[in-house]
Amino acid sequence: MYTQALNSSDGDDRGVEDVARASQFQARIDADERIEPNDWMPAAYRKTLTRQISQHAHSEIVGMLPEGNWITRAPSLRRKAALLAKVQDECGHGLYLYAAAETLGTSREELVDAMLSGKAKYSSIFNYPTLTWADIGTIGWLVDGAAIMNQIPLCRCSYGPYARAMIRVCKEESFHQRQGFEIMVTLCRGTAEQKAMAQNALDRWWWPVLMMFGPPDQVSQHSDTSTKWKIKRFSNDELRQKFIDATVPQAEFLGLTIPDPGMKQNENGNWVHSPIDWDEFKQVLAGNGPCNRDRLAARRKAHEEGAWVREAAAAYAEKRKSRQLAQAAE
Amino acid sequence: MATPNVPLWEVFIRSRNGLAHKHVGSLHAADATLALQAARDIYTRRGEGLSIWVVPSNAITASDPSEKGMMFEPAESKIYRHPTFYDVPDEVGHM
Repeated sequence: MYTQALNSSDGDDRGVEDVARASQFQARIDADERIEPNDWMPAAYRKTLTRQISQHAHSEIVGMLPEGNWITRAPSLRRKAALLAKVQDECGHGLYLYAAAETLGTSREELVDAMLSGKAKYSSIFNYPTLTWADIGTIGWLVDGAAIMNQIPLCRCSYGPYARAMIRVCKEESFHQRQGFEIMVTLCRGTAEQKAMAQNALDRWWWPVLMMFGPPDQVSQHSDTSTKWKIKRFSNDELRQKFIDATVPQAEFLGLTIPDPGMKQNENGNWVHSPIDWDEFKQVLAGNGPCNRDRLAARRKAHEEGAWVREAAAAYAEKRKSRQLAQAAE
Repeated sequence: MATPNVPLWEVFIRSRNGLAHKHVGSLHAADATLALQAARDIYTRRGEGLSIWVVPSNAITASDPSEKGMMFEPAESKIYRHPTFYDVPDEVGHM
């Protein structure tokens, strides 16, 4: 999902340092206890979570870019106000998540620098362009819809600060999905040209959205330990299936066609999709998607152009502090 | 070059009058004024609060979770501090 790079291996870092403590830790997890920041935890648990939460945070922040692209061109004041609020929410989500990640001992500055240097990943989905207004509807409907599927189980994640951040995020995400679907309904009830625009957006976003859930279960490398530690409660394929089953009737309602002619319903009522082009996914994760370079360049530019603000705020705080000290000394 | 660290603050919000301020999360800000403004933007976008406190995180002294056994044992062994420890005859009714 927003943390797909977890599925790539970084070598064996899973040596357990203290067998007795690790088994106590596992017992707490098994008893559904929440782990809090100052509790003892295996180094690999800390590392996995730091990566997962920070990648999730980076995804929220980079996720502001494709949608921000349409704020000035929203078709009405109502749509513009809603889109602004949504993009502001994404920023807020990024900040809750950075705060949760920091409780594991890495500073936000380090996490952000890792993203800006290209070392840390963010979700593949945000490397696709938003070509028309219908893309904004589709992102809310499908990208946020997929995110909700993934994030609801994370509200019960074993790590307290992450779970609490996810509860706040999920409450707000529902607005995002509904505003997107409303845009789609309006377009689909509009002129033939508007409906064609909606269909075109669905055609371009469908497969990248399915890839958001990450590689199929048999090749996903981090799932086993994440499941054991109750960070992950459902597998990539399970979540993808849930998402497709929920989305098919919505597309039918809109009168749109899912761009997978081979998709069939099985005897259990689940919709079975055709094979996903995992090469495309790998390429996008490796930095070769349609917008990877743009996205990073935009983040770096914003970070650099904000440097003087951070410096001025720090200088002002310093000045006030020394003035107060001087007054106190008088 | 690494970005210099900005101080961390803990945010507490009173959601309505009559309730206590409750911890909702943390944020980074250069000073208290900016921390308050950022807390408003990050934690009260949907009318979640009537009052905000921000406290520098390093001003908080916390108990050590690994010593929670020793820390809280005195309370655990004193069940006579709870009303349910005492028998009240049924005839007396609610007390």
